[in-house]
Amino acid sequence: MHETAFLIGQIFNGFSVASLFIMAALGLALSFGLMRVINMAHGEMLMLGGYLAYLTLLVVPGPLGILVAMPVAFIGAALLGAVLELTVIHRLSARPLDTLLATWGVSLILQQAARNLFGAIGVQVVAPSWLNHTISFSTGILSGLTLPDTRLFILAVAALILGGVALLINKTRLGLYVRAVNQDRPIAAALGVNARLIDLCVFALGTGVAGLAGVILALLGPVTPTVGQSYIVPAFLVVILGGLGSLVGTTIASIMVGLFTALIEIYVDVSVAQVLLLAFVILFIQIRPQGVIAVRSRALEG
Amino acid sequence: MKPASLITILTLALGAAAPWLISSYELSLLGRFLAFSLVALGIMLTWGEGGILSLGQGVFFGLGGYALAMNLKLAGLNLANGDMPDFMQWSGVSALPGFWYPFANPWFSLVCVVLVPGIFAAAFSWLVFRRRIGGVYFALITQALALAFATLLVSEQAFTGGFNGLTDFSTFAGHDITSQGAARVIYLITFLLVVASYFFLRWLLGTRFGTMLRATRDGENRVRFLGHNPLPYKVVAFTLAGMLSGMGGALFTLHAGVISPALVGVVPSIEMVVWVAVGGRNVLWGAIAGTLLVNFAKDEISSALPSLWLYALGGLFILAVSFLPGGIAGLFTTPRMPRFFQRRRQEAAE
Repeated sequence: MHETAFLIGQIFNGFSVASLFIMAALGLALSFGLMRVINMAHGEMLMLGGYLAYLTLLVVPGPLGILVAMPVAFIGAALLGAVLELTVIHRLSARPLDTLLATWGVSLILQQAARNLFGAIGVQVVAPSWLNHTISFSTGILSGLTLPDTRLFILAVAALILGGVALLINKTRLGLYVRAVNQDRPIAAALGVNARLIDLCVFALGTGVAGLAGVILALLGPVTPTVGQSYIVPAFLVVILGGLGSLVGTTIASIMVGLFTALIEIYVDVSVAQVLLLAFVILFIQIRPQGVIAVRSRALEG
Repeated sequence: MKPASLITILTLALGAAAPWLISSYELSLLGRFLAFSLVALGIMLTWGEGGILSLGQGVFFGLGGYALAMNLKLAGLNLANGDMPDFMQWSGVSALPGFWYPFANPWFSLVCVVLVPGIFAAAFSWLVFRRRIGGVYFALITQALALAFATLLVSEQAFTGGFNGLTDFSTFAGHDITSQGAARVIYLITFLLVVASYFFLRWLLGTRFGTMLRATRDGENRVRFLGHNPLPYKVVAFTLAGMLSGMGGALFTLHAGVISPALVGVVPSIEMVVWVAVGGRNVLWGAIAGTLLVNFAKDEISSALPSLWLYALGGLFILAVSFLPGGIAGLFTTPRMPRFFQRRRQEAAE
């Protein structure tokens, strides 16, 4: 294979991994900006989305099943997210570290429940035939480069979701409230914004998007009880790099993490790449501790 | 005599007499869990007193455990002859890797048990804290660290023993460590180290250092505005916790006869925090009691109903932090400050 083609292939891979990170990290970053809490059970929303896709395809087989599965997974994960917010997270929101631990407990319970319901080995979701093609180049400097349709599909879905959420945040009244609470909760509340309701909406939206991402994950490999775990730690790193509650920051950070991983894996194996990614994050915060985009400074946080 | 000191003396006496009171299986469990409680003491110091939540204490536990296990693995081999640990031969390594050589010396190994985790913890925490990254961010970074560490151990099989870790030990510095007498000695060493660490931390938390650490937890910015730099206090606390974890890891390796990635990764690391959350994060004896209680419960539950343990652990987490932030110890101790000030403190932390 030509070297340029190989490099372009890796960059393409980087972007498609990045698009998964964007979908996984979006909800984390938005809720973190609003409430300063991290939901450790967020990875299990990916898992839930995957299992919902599996169940939907049992009911609606055929080529369009996956398109039905996406709204089902979104709604299912958003509902579970709303329940989680109302029961655990809201109760603890003044204590961010305790929220982290409590939601980790939730994550353990959800994983074990999935293990008991679906088995530890995992279930397979077969990609519909219209996603089974690859675009291959056989001539020119790009010869040997193959782009699977599933990967292109992921990119398209991530772009659509990102565009949709950006429109929601920047153009709608709800988005205005979200930005207001993000910038200054007490003042926004004093001006009549129901900050609690905004928290709940954003949290449910974020878990819903993660559920959607779970459908996509199901196209790439088997859905197992721990499928979310492998994506959630990079997603946490994205939140650290991205900056508080910033959509642009989260996107840039996702692309950074995705590209870094894909390109470094040319030279080293996956486990060393993980160590180097962590080293990269620690180096990055030496230079920009406030993250890629800073809505507010981190330096004087409580 | 005050009831508290009576309880202390009774506990110490019972702990020291344990090798002659309980069966050798129970003693081995108790020894392991006491080794864990060294880790818990460190978490109590950083999280309870310093407000620094680390979800990666397993890394330091593992560094200590592996530092000792490397020596145990080399014991009895003739290195000059080109002998190698069994797993290296299976992985087709041609010569013992250079960094293994110094660990043939037991004293070097023992020093490394404390120094390697200590130096690593100091460097890591200094890098992160100096840019004022704390709280949730720090917790997430340490979790990524635990994940990276465990993955690396698994993938570098030829140097680390991979998924199975290091096991099958027989002697340390020429002494047999498999006999029942040796088990008693190892238990007593563990017990003494736990007692010594307990009293050391009790002294430390009563000094200016303890006051500054708590002040940093409750209002880091106020500490800065008063002209103090909180960085050294946080780094020292985290380093001490790392060293305690390293010692715990080494002692655990001696008790259990094995150290493996499954004992140091993300889930075990966060389990260590549960022990302290259940026992009580602001009380030293709470950390030890929580460790023993949760681990004996785990032993009972997971041998009877394996799948139930993860539900129980998850539920324990949610209940402990939601309804019992002071842990079990919080039920016994009266608040140090009047309620009015406590509420103020919580608001300040928001």
